Amino acid sequence: MTDYKEMWKGLGLDLETHDAVLDIVGKAYQDVFLSQNNRPKGMEYFDFVMSEIHGLRIKELLDAKQEGRKVIGTFCVFVPEEIVLAANAVCVGLCAGAELGFELAEQYVPRNTCSLIKSAFGFKLAKVCPYIESTDMIVGENTCDGKKKAYESYKDIVGNLYVMDIPQTKSQAGRNLLKAEFVKFAAAVGELTGNKLTVENLKKGIEIVNNKRNAILRLAKLRAHNPVPISGLDVLLANQVYFYDNPERFTASVNAICDELEQRIANKVGVFNEGTPRTLISGCPMAVPNWKIPHIIETSGATIVGEEMCTGERGTQNLTNVNGNTIDELIDNIVDRYMKIDCAIFTPNQSRLDHIKEMATKYKADGVINYSLQFCQPYSHESMTFGKELESEGIPVLNLETDYSQEDVGQLKTRIEAFIERIKK
Amino acid sequence: MIKAGVDIGSRTIKVVLHDGQRKIHSEVRENTFNTLEVCKSMLEGLNYDSITATGYGRHLFADRYNATTISEIKAFAIGINNCYPNVRTILDIGGQDTKAITIDEKGNVKRFEMNDKCAAGTGRFLEIMAMALRYEIDEFGEKATHAKEAAKVNSMCTVFAESEVISQIANGANRENIARGIHESIVKRSIMLLNRVGIDGDIAFVGGVAKNSAMLSLLEKNLKRKIYVPDNPQIIGALGCAIV
Repeated sequence: MTDYKEMWKGLGLDLETHDAVLDIVGKAYQDVFLSQNNRPKGMEYFDFVMSEIHGLRIKELLDAKQEGRKVIGTFCVFVPEEIVLAANAVCVGLCAGAELGFELAEQYVPRNTCSLIKSAFGFKLAKVCPYIESTDMIVGENTCDGKKKAYESYKDIVGNLYVMDIPQTKSQAGRNLLKAEFVKFAAAVGELTGNKLTVENLKKGIEIVNNKRNAILRLAKLRAHNPVPISGLDVLLANQVYFYDNPERFTASVNAICDELEQRIANKVGVFNEGTPRTLISGCPMAVPNWKIPHIIETSGATIVGEEMCTGERGTQNLTNVNGNTIDELIDNIVDRYMKIDCAIFTPNQSRLDHIKEMATKYKADGVINYSLQFCQPYSHESMTFGKELESEGIPVLNLETDYSQEDVGQLKTRIEAFIERIKK
Repeated sequence: MIKAGVDIGSRTIKVVLHDGQRKIHSEVRENTFNTLEVCKSMLEGLNYDSITATGYGRHLFADRYNATTISEIKAFAIGINNCYPNVRTILDIGGQDTKAITIDEKGNVKRFEMNDKCAAGTGRFLEIMAMALRYEIDEFGEKATHAKEAAKVNSMCTVFAESEVISQIANGANRENIARGIHESIVKRSIMLLNRVGIDGDIAFVGGVAKNSAMLSLLEKNLKRKIYVPDNPQIIGALGCAIV
């Protein structure tokens, strides 16, 4: 392995803690991913990406910066990647999925803040995230109350935070707000990069992102087959890497896996037996290395056939219309696409429930596992209301609330096993 | 054919043998830091054809004994269905967690809910509270039953409730009344859990905490109905394993 120590030092990382983090993630990756049976060969690409997640990819970002490109970090699927790419900047997801530096984070956010937010602070304060340190701009977005208030403090810690407002209703007023915010964001990105938006570069940005979405949606569709040709964990990983990787290379790699899976389907080859209970997971996003619940599900006798999450179909469904003759028309297309995201911060949020039902049918799920991060009020609330609604329509539901710690694995396993016993035919 | 069931809980281990007609053996023992040793000595000298495990230690046990496993939820559903075919709702309060389960007439699980990850409202919580009041666990329920009134215990977190109880003692509150207040707070919490699965048909109360008389009478009083408690409510999970 290449020695990245100098690079990490240059980024100001705390090498000792960072080494420990890489060790833990590497070991977890071994236990969770490499121990799976009969993985598609194409997953080797993602094994490589994961082994170089703080190495080669960071070097690529730094090389891009050398060439004068800018790196923009995001925490949410509401940040329009099309605009970032149009300005020839690089877009990277910064969400973290590990309990790290929480005691430092709690100097800035209340204890009853969700793990996702705490880890954004923890990774920065413990100096272990080379992505955060490589950014020229970090985009915060006013989604839930937890994040909104957290960004007020995060601003002082990172120094390059740009905050974008997000509507809470799918109304005309909400749409107007999102458009105004996207126009403002485009101007800020233009100023940062020195690259003005043009119809050509916007179309190219839209195309690159649409291709990436198309590839991941193609992958999703193949999981409707029985036996399922790829594990839920492996697809979750692809959805997680979606936020870090070079988009064109990512698209090609996912399409290569799809080609391989089509062969598997033709040969009736799967990763689990045909009768294996199929679950859909729904709820809060799962950022790397948050694999806790999917790992329990897939080692307890069931498989995952869909993710209704930001790191899944909530984030990737719906393409942006590339047809338009002016920048304004294209921005309108982008706004239309992003207004369809059914995040739980919206009220009402019927389209999310509809999407869960649609996914359950499409991917032939036997039950839905709702996953909420403790203290995430919007998703915890919807898991109650949606849970009742789904059960009343005959779709079994398991509601789980957890965080990034490992101490509740035993209890989670009991619940998940009991749920699998319930949905087993 | 004799089937064995073992329920390895956080506080106790339960073993049941069943010959297909009736229960022919049962035993409850305290768990220690060496779970497998306790299991080994409990199974010594017993003859059985197959064994099924449940409880927190089920996977540890299954790896060693080549046993099959089922979840506690399924085990309780089968066990109760065997004792009381009329029961459709089960409340289980064990050492580490509380479960509410609804079942159909065949003992299949319809819905279940469990307490969140802390030990609030569980057997362990009662033990800690009994300790704070210097009661033996066996007399704790009886004392609560005899209380004239209930002191208000607000905190459901084990740690906070303990300090709340200690400050009530310091303020001169009646010991039995505090005991009553603790039981009432757990009952309230258990009913919330039952309401989440939706109470259906007759209710059974199982797990170690079902041996506590105050819990039972308070549950019956609050739910205004009879609640079924088996002779030995601790062994229902192991019984379910021995029948499955």
